[in-house]
Amino acid sequence: MSHHIVAADALCFSYPDGTAALKEVTFCIHHGESVAVIGANGAGKSTLLQHLNGFLTPTSGTVRIGDATVTRDNLCDVRKTVGMVFQNPDDQLFMPTVYEDVAFGPRNLGMSVADVERKVRDALAAVDAGHLAAKPPYRLSGGEKKRVAIATVLAMDPAILVMDEPTAGLDPFARREVIGLLKAFSHTKIITSHDLDMVAEVCGRVIVLHAGQLRADGPTGQLFADRSLLAACHLEPPLSMQHCALCGRAATPLSAAA
Amino acid sequence: MSVIEGSILDFRRLDLLAREDSIIHRLDPRTKVLVTLAFILVVVSFDRYAVNALLPFAIFPVALMAVANLPTRFIAGKVLTVSFFAVAIGILNPLLDRQILIQIDGIGISGGWLSFISILLRSALTVTAALILTATTGFGAICQALERLGMPTIFARQLTFMYRYLFVLAEESQRMSNARELRSCRGTGMGIRPYASMVGHLLLRTWERAERVHRAMLCRGYKGNMVTQKSAGMRLWDLSFLLGWITLFVLLRMYDVPRLLGHLTMMPHL
Repeated sequence: MSHHIVAADALCFSYPDGTAALKEVTFCIHHGESVAVIGANGAGKSTLLQHLNGFLTPTSGTVRIGDATVTRDNLCDVRKTVGMVFQNPDDQLFMPTVYEDVAFGPRNLGMSVADVERKVRDALAAVDAGHLAAKPPYRLSGGEKKRVAIATVLAMDPAILVMDEPTAGLDPFARREVIGLLKAFSHTKIITSHDLDMVAEVCGRVIVLHAGQLRADGPTGQLFADRSLLAACHLEPPLSMQHCALCGRAATPLSAAA
Repeated sequence: MSVIEGSILDFRRLDLLAREDSIIHRLDPRTKVLVTLAFILVVVSFDRYAVNALLPFAIFPVALMAVANLPTRFIAGKVLTVSFFAVAIGILNPLLDRQILIQIDGIGISGGWLSFISILLRSALTVTAALILTATTGFGAICQALERLGMPTIFARQLTFMYRYLFVLAEESQRMSNARELRSCRGTGMGIRPYASMVGHLLLRTWERAERVHRAMLCRGYKGNMVTQKSAGMRLWDLSFLLGWITLFVLLRMYDVPRLLGHLTMMPHL
């Protein structure tokens, strides 16, 4: 199914102040794949994500979603196909109540009242947040906010889910819930994160960025075992693959950890 | 608890109250907005020395608070806080306007005192009415009602977003102010200068946040107009509530009820 392809071809981007944030990045993500984009702070992860739904336009090179290159003319379609979950849910939940917020997307798509209602109910149920519908966003806990933010995107029926740091700032239980959700979704997933244990569980493929360049692109287990690559990109293997400092337990290979 | 935290909690309390249920809560928001506006306009339209004629208007807030089951102490506390502004506005009146206007048991009351009391009454009445409106309707619903009553969409939008991000902004400034305090060790902490930089930072952060929020909206198909679901229209009960109160306000405005009552009780002596 070529329809859900996400591809970057020699993607370069420089900010107006001249900082080159992405240099010749090329990759192709196929339908149903779950891919993590990892890298140190400032490696270009967020800049890359911004290109996937047209908030930034490449300085040179192209981004392709499905069969179409992202241009100003097809932004609407692109944004319907690519659902983006922001790192800070406060930026994403801007309506007075959770219900209104989840309904925002479907209403903009021009759905009928009954359809909107069904979409909202389904999306909230998918993240186990049906009971939060009437609450204003500021009364939610961090984990609840994150789940609702995911619901706002699901309600749009995107083919591709893009998530910026989905587990950042969550307590272990809420993190576990979000991981459960991510694993349950059959969408094509593109996730940036510093939580490499989560990446090891959720993503089968990893793209490593360093200083704006694509340094590696391959199966998660293989890349996480390559310590010299990780060290060169200012990263560390996930904790589950590290030797335990407390009990002396040897590192587990990824297949056992996942 | 700091001032900022306190006022955020108050806002949240109002919001919580608006989620309760009573026949007042169930009224169409537009009904309540219109009645409250009418109430405020009528109360403000009295002449500056009116005191007696204002008293019967207390029936509106009292009745609504009773029926909507609002916590009297909380609302009274809020009204009291705002009253300080009214005091500040009227405090000079008794000094400037010393002409004796009425005599009660031989004690002359000057026009200044009358107008001062009148200002306090009006502020108490109007502020209570506005608080009741918020506590039975919720801020979001009020914005929507105003929009449907003809307020330009852009203002309604601004108000809704302001209310949503007020909490975020307040929390952010609180954290910043705490951070400053923790490192100023009860001293003045370099005086006023850090505040200038703090305000600047807040502005820039708000700016960036606004950009992110706008992007989040674009992500979900925002094309410049907000599509909202209309609530059920006005029903018979709404109309009777609206007309009933407005008639009462107009009657109370035209006839000075306390004076009429006074005349009635004096009749037998004549």
